[in-house]
Amino acid sequence: MSAAPGTARAVACASCHDCGLLARVPEASGKHGLCPRCGAELHERKLRSLERTLALVIAAFVCYVPANVLPVMTVTSLGKTQSDTIFSGVVYMLEHKMWPLAIILFTASIFVPMMKLGILSFLLFSVHRRSSWRPVERTRLYRLTEAIGRWSMVDIYVVTILVALVRLGNLAAIEAGAGAIFFGAVVVITMLAAESFDPRIIWDRSDARST
Amino acid sequence: MQVANHFDSFLDAALRRICDSRRRAASAGIEVVARSGWTGHAPRRRLAIRIVACLDCDLLHHLGAVPEGGTARCRRCGGVLRKHPRNSLEHTLALALAAAILFVVSNSFPFLSFEMKGRVTETTLMTGIIDLYNGGKWEIAALVFLTIELAPVAQLAMLLYVLVPLRVNRIPWQLPRAFRILRHAQSWSMIEVFMIGILVAITKLMGMASIIPGLAIWAFALLMLVLSGAMASFDPESVWERVEELR
Repeated sequence: MSAAPGTARAVACASCHDCGLLARVPEASGKHGLCPRCGAELHERKLRSLERTLALVIAAFVCYVPANVLPVMTVTSLGKTQSDTIFSGVVYMLEHKMWPLAIILFTASIFVPMMKLGILSFLLFSVHRRSSWRPVERTRLYRLTEAIGRWSMVDIYVVTILVALVRLGNLAAIEAGAGAIFFGAVVVITMLAAESFDPRIIWDRSDARST
Repeated sequence: MQVANHFDSFLDAALRRICDSRRRAASAGIEVVARSGWTGHAPRRRLAIRIVACLDCDLLHHLGAVPEGGTARCRRCGGVLRKHPRNSLEHTLALALAAAILFVVSNSFPFLSFEMKGRVTETTLMTGIIDLYNGGKWEIAALVFLTIELAPVAQLAMLLYVLVPLRVNRIPWQLPRAFRILRHAQSWSMIEVFMIGILVAITKLMGMASIIPGLAIWAFALLMLVLSGAMASFDPESVWERVEELR
């Protein structure tokens, strides 16, 4: 692929992943250059970015189903057991008129994971099609995915705190459900997926098409 | 094509100093392995104008000195090229020290207490993690432990490891490795998300029982602010500049 003029790749340079220094990549193939400042291996692009991102996105979709179907939390109170999934948790808040909580939980647990998976799939698809459509906006979408990913952890933390606080034997007890494990897995896997995607590929491919 | 040539020649001139040692060594058949810090021949004086590539779109830029408090952005995609916080090294060190104290406090005092029908449950930060582990949910326990205990500790430890020696004019050993750990710790440290989790959990329980906040929760809230302040004022580029001066 011919690199677009004005990019580091066009002049056989790469930014160090670790310290950001721009350095020459040695012409001899098969051997990685090392960053002259910090000694990290130099790569023009993240290694196997698209394959790794695709694999992780598929894994996240697989975990996404049990994360939403299985209960994240089981409340035992006076002999009665009640299981809550992520969605029923939000509905419960709505029924009890706790609007701010419902909004926080909906955003963190339902909207953000869906948006992340949606954006990453879209980016992978557009890069695969070698699209030259709005690279600036697509780069912004990528940055957004990276920034918001962590906020989906709220539900996991709520479960952790409730489990710790509500331990009254037969009176009331809360236990984490299997759904929480899958939900945690979705959060972790999508964070790794966002990290392994290289936004520079968006530009490589859109430049390749427009020139 | 002309643009590319222009860049190429400019880049060559600017990069020559950085790559000099490497090229000289290569032509002499010597393998340069720069595992810790600079190579022996690395330039001592910082270039006034440097060339950097945008990490998000790879476009090359001539980057002059960024004024303190300023941010340089890519002109094509808007990605951050360089952020130059005011007095980065000193501010970060002060905030990291404060955060270390707050971290110890928030782990050694009661976090939240829960009172229902005369029965009180007192918890610390670790209680939930231990309960999850005992309840057979070790995966969640590990994830929570990683994100609110291990990663913040690693973050603080690496900041202090880098900044304390620099303060007394020494270059920390294995500096690049410390940076690598710091970068990973930063993306997995989720204290601010945990705070939201606390708020949600408290509001959820408020109707059925009384919740008594402990000392640790205030320390933890402060820790969140101080730690994010430390990370915002931390600037690896300033560290590299200082290291260069010391060599």
